[in-house]
Amino acid sequence: MLRYALKRLGLGIIIVSVAMVMLFAMIYVIPGDPASVALGPRATPEMVQALRSRMGLDQPIWIQFARFYFSALRGDLGTEVLSGRPVLNVVFEQLPYTLALIAGAISWSVLLGIPLGCIAAVRRGGFVDRVIGVLSVAVIAVPSFVIAIYSLLVFAVALQWLPAIGAGEPGNLTSQLKHLVLPSLSIGVGWVGYIARMVRASMLETLEASHIRTARAFGLTDRRITYSYALRIAILPTVTLLGVGIGNMVSSAVFAEIVFARPGIGKLVYEAISVRNYPVVTGAVLVTTVFFVAVNALADILIGALDPRVRTSFS
Amino acid sequence: MSEQALVDRPPRERFAKAGRILRRIIREPLGAFGLTLVVIVVLSALFADVLASYPPTKLAPAERFAPASLHHLLGTDHLGRDLFSRVLHGGRIALAIALGATGLSLVGGIVLGLIAGYGPRWLDNLMLLLFDAIKSFPTVMLALTLVTLTGPSLLAVLIVVVLVNVPGYARIIRTQTLVLKSAEHVMAARSMGASTARILTVHILPNVIGPILILASMDIPVVVAIEAGLSFLGLGVRPPMPSWGSILNDGFVNIRDSYWIVIAGGLPIILTTLGFTFLGETLRDVFDPRLKRRT
Repeated sequence: MLRYALKRLGLGIIIVSVAMVMLFAMIYVIPGDPASVALGPRATPEMVQALRSRMGLDQPIWIQFARFYFSALRGDLGTEVLSGRPVLNVVFEQLPYTLALIAGAISWSVLLGIPLGCIAAVRRGGFVDRVIGVLSVAVIAVPSFVIAIYSLLVFAVALQWLPAIGAGEPGNLTSQLKHLVLPSLSIGVGWVGYIARMVRASMLETLEASHIRTARAFGLTDRRITYSYALRIAILPTVTLLGVGIGNMVSSAVFAEIVFARPGIGKLVYEAISVRNYPVVTGAVLVTTVFFVAVNALADILIGALDPRVRTSFS
Repeated sequence: MSEQALVDRPPRERFAKAGRILRRIIREPLGAFGLTLVVIVVLSALFADVLASYPPTKLAPAERFAPASLHHLLGTDHLGRDLFSRVLHGGRIALAIALGATGLSLVGGIVLGLIAGYGPRWLDNLMLLLFDAIKSFPTVMLALTLVTLTGPSLLAVLIVVVLVNVPGYARIIRTQTLVLKSAEHVMAARSMGASTARILTVHILPNVIGPILILASMDIPVVVAIEAGLSFLGLGVRPPMPSWGSILNDGFVNIRDSYWIVIAGGLPIILTTLGFTFLGETLRDVFDPRLKRRT
């Protein structure tokens, strides 16, 4: 198990390194020099030159990359253009808001998706199953930012049940939770669909398994078999699904944060773009990428711990 | 099926097969619903010039923020532009990008997948690593980074979509190519001295292309969503060109007073994504029931 975990972590580190090469290459290949982008169109050539040498852009490319890579390893993502604050601090200030949002979205999708998928599997082929099936496809199809804006219109502007703007008063948990409802729901609702479909499928598969048949032969009640034997196995793939889905949720979070004017990584990057605060953009992208890869590795290791078959198939 | 059979088959037979598939789609309620929506969206985009009662970029300051009426079916926006006309023309852009970007991603995915599957082992491993690395950037973050450097444009949207889609397609093609690499008919072709290019295009490609076409058709709504999302953020289609995403943004800014603008911008996105998704799901079930079990 330990070997599997180490191998999986190693792969994660390699992926992040390659992603960093790509991020760096993207910055390097794309026309437009970061220094002049940062200074704007009215900068004099001397100003650009000064910033270029301060950012190390006049060095050969491999030295630039080595500096970028090794200072990132040490947690140094450069400094913000305007205030001169370390980018890592700026990003970490906003990270908790985005994490809370994603945690909220996962809660919605698990709390609604697992029971719905379970009901659909039990009522296989019936009317309820069909309705849940169509609804699942529908919520997966509609983009989250449209759901965000429409829920803002209905629940915050028209009905005024829930607040429209911000993350709530600091220290006031009720107010913060109220501000979390709509944004997290807009991200999570599509995942309710994914999880419901997946739980239904794996539930149907599990109900055919031999240990379930044995339980039936021993005369256990249907309810007992469904909810405590089959469901326990059928929800395992949810962990992998959510792990893979984290990247997608980060994307949705960018929209949710902008629509509901919430602080967070997405809003940070979006606002950094409009003022050409370029180190913040790459820094935040790097942090979210590391986060995504780490979550995926953890999900795989967790599944490996729960289901030994996975460990052997990994090479 | 060999290449000869495809060429020789009389056209009438091919039409008959298309008819059979169409009937099976329509028999499913969801398929019929999806097909109807898709036909409506495609026709309204094709005939946008005829159907729109106003030019999509015509300003009419006197008629700003007019709610829906017989003159303006979906109302007007903050510049007095007719939203119905803008929605119709926005559909053209959405569909053009969806088809163009999906096509480009397909070509890229097929070429890279064939190379990874048929090429040397080290190249395969390297490419898999690159695909995983690209996948590890959240889509919107990738888009934001690109646009910071290039500035907002249709080309940036296109590049983002291709970057996001290619790894998935290439992986599928690669896996199937690996299987076919040692298949009998490929071995036979190679022993008779067929070139690598001929083996790949004639003996492998026709056998691996089916599933990926179905998957690509199911990605069309995703691409529509990416274009609308980036345009909503002001990173895609530039004003005054109409896009569903930018209409949504115009409405979002004025959401407290003029709710009809967000409705006009969001509704076509919802109908299009639902239509293509329902149609795609039905198509998949009709063509390849095995794919169903995977989701």
